[in-house]
Amino acid sequence: MRGLTTKKMKVTIDNIPVEVEDGTTILQAARKIGGKVVPPAMCYYSKLKGSGGKCRTCLVKVSQGSAKDPRPMPKLVASCSTPVQDGMVVQNLTSPEVVEARKGIVEFLLLNHPLDCPVCDQAGECDLQDLSFGYGMEETATEDDRREFPMTDIGENIKLHMNRCILCYRCVYAADQLTDKRLHGVLYRGDVSEIGTFIRNAVTNEFSGNMIDVCPVGALTDKTFRFKSRVWFLKPMNAHRECARCAGKTVAWMFGNEIYRVTGRKDQFGEVEEFICNECRFEKKDAGDWVIEGPRHISRQSVISANHYEEMTEPSVIDPIAGKMEKDE
Amino acid sequence: MKSLTNRSKVVSNKKMTFWERIYFPAILNGMGITFGHLFRRKTTVQYPEVKREFSDIYRGRHVLKRDDEGRERCTSCGLCAVACPAEAITMVSAERKPGEEHLYREEKYSAVYEIDMLRCIFCGDCEEACPKEAIFLTTELVKADYQRENFIYGKDVLVEPADPAKRIDVSKRQTPEVIEFKKDKRYKHNR
Repeated sequence: MRGLTTKKMKVTIDNIPVEVEDGTTILQAARKIGGKVVPPAMCYYSKLKGSGGKCRTCLVKVSQGSAKDPRPMPKLVASCSTPVQDGMVVQNLTSPEVVEARKGIVEFLLLNHPLDCPVCDQAGECDLQDLSFGYGMEETATEDDRREFPMTDIGENIKLHMNRCILCYRCVYAADQLTDKRLHGVLYRGDVSEIGTFIRNAVTNEFSGNMIDVCPVGALTDKTFRFKSRVWFLKPMNAHRECARCAGKTVAWMFGNEIYRVTGRKDQFGEVEEFICNECRFEKKDAGDWVIEGPRHISRQSVISANHYEEMTEPSVIDPIAGKMEKDE
Repeated sequence: MKSLTNRSKVVSNKKMTFWERIYFPAILNGMGITFGHLFRRKTTVQYPEVKREFSDIYRGRHVLKRDDEGRERCTSCGLCAVACPAEAITMVSAERKPGEEHLYREEKYSAVYEIDMLRCIFCGDCEEACPKEAIFLTTELVKADYQRENFIYGKDVLVEPADPAKRIDVSKRQTPEVIEFKKDKRYKHNR
């Protein structure tokens, strides 16, 4: 059996071949290649067990099931929860069907999502904003009202805007797996389901602040940073401190010498590398508390990169005609 | 060396004739040109009495608009500031408190909104970037002053008066597409 589990699976995603372990999902295989091949994901979070399969954003087309059975899969599959098979051929952006489906998914996600980006603190680093910019349409097909909820406080430091929630369940998994006692979950079902704390119980766990980081939209936001600034006016700096509870490796979002907020360090797929504790996140806002390592790399496509300059070791455009800038993240 | 343009003239130093040497015909010719200008169309205006007509979309000093109910439209999103090539705009946001709904349209508003008119290049990018139709450039000019500090315009100068008679009309700055979009009933804010 051991010989079977270590067998490498050969997959082709958007004409790029890659070899991965057995049991890897298509999404993880695509992330191994990186770049534009990676399907976007709103609910899947590699560090949270059981997440994924809810938002359908990562749908891909499997045009060849495996080497043994080369028939295509009958429907588009969620790449975050479909394991690869040897000889599988996957189409992401090369399939117009996938792009069309994703457009529809964005429309579904935006059905109840308010267009209050100018107010929302998440704007500028919001996964849904990126997704709708990349795949969405400008028009909406419905005239129905969006559902509305009153704003609530989850604990002292977290604000819940249920209007903005896309029900990805990431925060529920984060609370379940990072903290010893989950105090919030999804109430009701279907169209009326919402995130709630049991009898308005405050979430007081030491790691509850990570719900803010895992939230792909602005439903859960940092109350200590509420309306303080816009993310693109701040400079993200790698910072660390000695912390008894967590690794203490964070990003300090600075304006001059002031720290406006502290978050976890997110990788290129928008997932935090290490979860941080509430003390680091909410209480240490003094520059003296932290050892500032230096500015973080910001994607050229991000609005946060406006007016931020980075030293480059080599010219980014080697051959402008070949479009090498495309690969530059 | 051959000239790059074909406009160069060869200068000759030939000796002037008698008529050329007395300069009198040349002076008369010059006077003729001078007096001829008296009967041409004037390119200047008598400024304080006469003022030049402005274009409808002249880019003068800014105004922060209010909506039909007199509430401030600006929600302090910061898009004008990030679009500003001169970095002339700064703002501090605040949260609207219960009971202030008649003052501010959205749950967030700018408590401080400053434009440094000495930095501003009047490009109109802020107007372009604004998602709330809050900031517009007007046909008014920025007044001269002796102090640099006085050129930093705050909300007291920029926000238009709440009195409907004193509002600043910006309808001519909006394209037909924008006006059409504002009527679209599929969007909640138009209902």
